[in-house]
Amino acid sequence: MTSITLQRGLAIALTFGLLLLVFELVRRKRLSERYAILWLLAAITLFVLAVWKGLLTSLSSDVGISYPPSLLFTVAIGLIAMILLNFSLAVSRLSDQNKVLAQRLGLLQQRIEESAAGSTQPAAGEGADAPRLEQAQPVATEKLSSSR
Amino acid sequence: MRRNLAIVPAFDEADAVAQTVAAIHQWAHEFDVLVVDDGSTDATAERAKQAGAAVLRMPFNLGIGGAMQAGYIYALEHGYEVAVQVDGDGQHDPRHIGDLLEALRADPELNMVTGSRFLSSSGHGFQSSAARRAGIRIFSTVVSAITGQRVTDPTSGFRMTNRAGIELFARDYPHDYPEVEAILLMHAHRLRSCEIHVVMRPRLTGASAISSTQSVYYMVKVLLAVFVGLFRRRPTIEPKDPPAVLAERAI
Repeated sequence: MTSITLQRGLAIALTFGLLLLVFELVRRKRLSERYAILWLLAAITLFVLAVWKGLLTSLSSDVGISYPPSLLFTVAIGLIAMILLNFSLAVSRLSDQNKVLAQRLGLLQQRIEESAAGSTQPAAGEGADAPRLEQAQPVATEKLSSSR
Repeated sequence: MRRNLAIVPAFDEADAVAQTVAAIHQWAHEFDVLVVDDGSTDATAERAKQAGAAVLRMPFNLGIGGAMQAGYIYALEHGYEVAVQVDGDGQHDPRHIGDLLEALRADPELNMVTGSRFLSSSGHGFQSSAARRAGIRIFSTVVSAITGQRVTDPTSGFRMTNRAGIELFARDYPHDYPEVEAILLMHAHRLRSCEIHVVMRPRLTGASAISSTQSVYYMVKVLLAVFVGLFRRRPTIEPKDPPAVLAERAI
């Protein structure tokens, strides 16, 4: 019997730890709420299953699983798969947005260079404009990459 | 300003791009030339500018789909009526641009004309390797079946579109290996396309964008896109929509 309580104690500690970790990451604004929701859902589900022993046993016997922790693993894998799919969606969205930003940047840069070339031709004294605009590009890309 | 634009996507093509731009100027007078420098690390943009082309510089390599779409956005915003894609590596002979334009103008219903290597049975000129031709044949069969129209060279990037095509591609264009999907995109939007025979040349410089390991990914990716596309009742992006961030709409 002691081995089972040890298992449960470990499961409770781990899932509670996960819950705390997710909460702390959101509190420090390192994890945005948008992605924290799925993680919190996963952590709470696993925590409830770990704490509420009767629920896990009755649920697993309902679905015909003889070893209750297996149900815990199954649920955990399902939740993780959901989170991963969510990440793939996020990556797809980001790469689409990234593409649009890069295209806009290229188009704007071309427009700026064109108008700079147009304005410097009549008055050569204003040629200082062009290099300054050239320098603007790396700043813009830096901003993009740091504002994840 | 001219009403027609030749879009030349180029990635590290400093040796060939000036020649391509000059050839377009020589053989297609009525076309402005836009080189889309897709994050080249060499002097592609400078050479293109010296040769007299407008240059769009992508801040990093977007892949051919993203670069081409930037070209179409440029064409849309500058009010061009006709846009033709010409590869920067010299495979597409600018002498055929006039043929494409003639075919496009001959039929007012037509929205896109593609230069096909395989349309003529005489089959002269550069035809790609045997393995690649087999892949192209698979695409050709699939695309022909879906569109209900014979498409002999669905991977050819040598295409000319009118204003409706420009508006569509500026808003929605496939990410990588876009040619096959672009035909189906046209079809989904009920735009009409046809093929004319052209002779292509082997590339002047650089390796193909598609290595042999990538070609497996190419086949799988494009066939997946085509297959999934069959289950889309309507096009995801309508011509008047803003530029696509497609994943934004998912789920």
